[in-house]
Amino acid sequence: MEVEQRIPGTLAASERELRKTFLDQARLVPGAERITRCLQCGTCTGSCPVSYAMDISPRMVIALFRAGEIGEILRSRTIWICASCYMCTTRCPQTIKITDLLYALKRTALEAKLYPDRFPVYLLSKNFVRLVNHYGRNQEILLLLLYYLRRNPLELLRMAPMGWSLMRKGRVSLFPAKIQGVAAIRKILAASKALELPRGEETVEYDKTMVGYRAVG
Amino acid sequence: MEYLYYPGCSLESAGKPYDESLRAVFRALGIGLTELKDWNCCGATMYMSVDETTSLAISARNLALSEQSGSRELIAPCSACYTVLLKTNRFLRDSPELKRKVDVILGGAGLKYDLTVAVRHPLDVLVNDIGIEVIARTAKRTLEGITFAPYYGCQIVRPERGFDDREFPTTMDRLFESLGAKCTYFPLKTRCCGGMLMTTFPEVCLELVKELLACAAENEAQCIATTCPLCQMNLEAYQKRVNKMFKTSYEVPVLCFTQLLGIALGCSEHELGLQRNLIALKAPLSALVA
Repeated sequence: MEVEQRIPGTLAASERELRKTFLDQARLVPGAERITRCLQCGTCTGSCPVSYAMDISPRMVIALFRAGEIGEILRSRTIWICASCYMCTTRCPQTIKITDLLYALKRTALEAKLYPDRFPVYLLSKNFVRLVNHYGRNQEILLLLLYYLRRNPLELLRMAPMGWSLMRKGRVSLFPAKIQGVAAIRKILAASKALELPRGEETVEYDKTMVGYRAVG
Repeated sequence: MEYLYYPGCSLESAGKPYDESLRAVFRALGIGLTELKDWNCCGATMYMSVDETTSLAISARNLALSEQSGSRELIAPCSACYTVLLKTNRFLRDSPELKRKVDVILGGAGLKYDLTVAVRHPLDVLVNDIGIEVIARTAKRTLEGITFAPYYGCQIVRPERGFDDREFPTTMDRLFESLGAKCTYFPLKTRCCGGMLMTTFPEVCLELVKELLACAAENEAQCIATTCPLCQMNLEAYQKRVNKMFKTSYEVPVLCFTQLLGIALGCSEHELGLQRNLIALKAPLSALVA
């Protein structure tokens, strides 16, 4: 792994970029600035049902962010394993919105095109979004087909018996139907795109209370 | 009494038993349920991972349509839909910047939303609006002799405190106990089942499911009552895989809570979609519906 030359006490250029992207995403989370209050108590990690499978624990994620190492967070499996059960957020003594900030990290990773080697969540989310944009509703069968074909076709074979049981019980909708308001969905997408100003043209006022503000500049 | 109803994508396919039994229960209680016309997908957790503002706008379209139809409340049975719609309300309320953006986006589609619609879970509506007394009076069968594990899952009670405690809710417990059932000790009642992780990280998800099944089996629950179609699916459809992976032999029926409620209210097996469950009911519960 290439080590970037850094002057001690400042952030590497790549880290600054990631930080900016992350802070942009985090601004969309009301209350995100409470991340500065973290006292590293570890309650989040202790409450997380999947922390045992994470390489970086939730507590470490916050510590790494404050140490200027977002790149490392994004290269880990952690943010993709989060099941979004909100137990950490519920128990955090400082009421930090950990789950929502993890979502912001996910979006940062997708924007920066940084994912760990196997990125099943991205594959699933991307196809989900495509289906919703096209039909207005999620089509479970199509989604699973698109997802597993790309990720691991053998898994489809393995799931076939279960799929067949569900089909026999009428729990599979085979014929996707578009909703009438699909046009409205397309308009929403278009309007949303129009709002996304290219980076660099928009001048953003970073709140001085946001961690990393000084390091960004 | 009349409510506006948002089924969500899951209840049209894998969650069909939930949709059917929910409608049956409301019918039995004499309460009207009108489906929101031309609703769209709420976005679930997937869309939020890709694009937050668009995800909120897509979710808000449903709320805007509800507002248009004149309703102040929207029932969302799927826990993911429930949480996403609630989150939309909350985010738009707490962040004027987000609200402005979403207003512009919705305006592009000729819609507007003024934050007047409250999102309700059917468990909340049944116990808190209609009331346990009314339900107990309408019951045609007693659930005496039935032991169940009340599994709420995570999204129905978190992140903000809604209609019940965030870690140890009792709404479902109280509902079924008033109908004669025995609620087992079930400390994992709000522990996550893994949700969508079953598709992305199945080994992790199966471990979570195993722990839930183990807790229910240890406490001798005859069945597990769920409030979310994804939880119901994970706990029911993957028991074989859990058994294979962990050398266990679980065969616990997993019901939507509305199915169990429907049994007490006298609904038929077919009305409640019980024939669609993958694991058949066992005695004594099966005898009640026979």
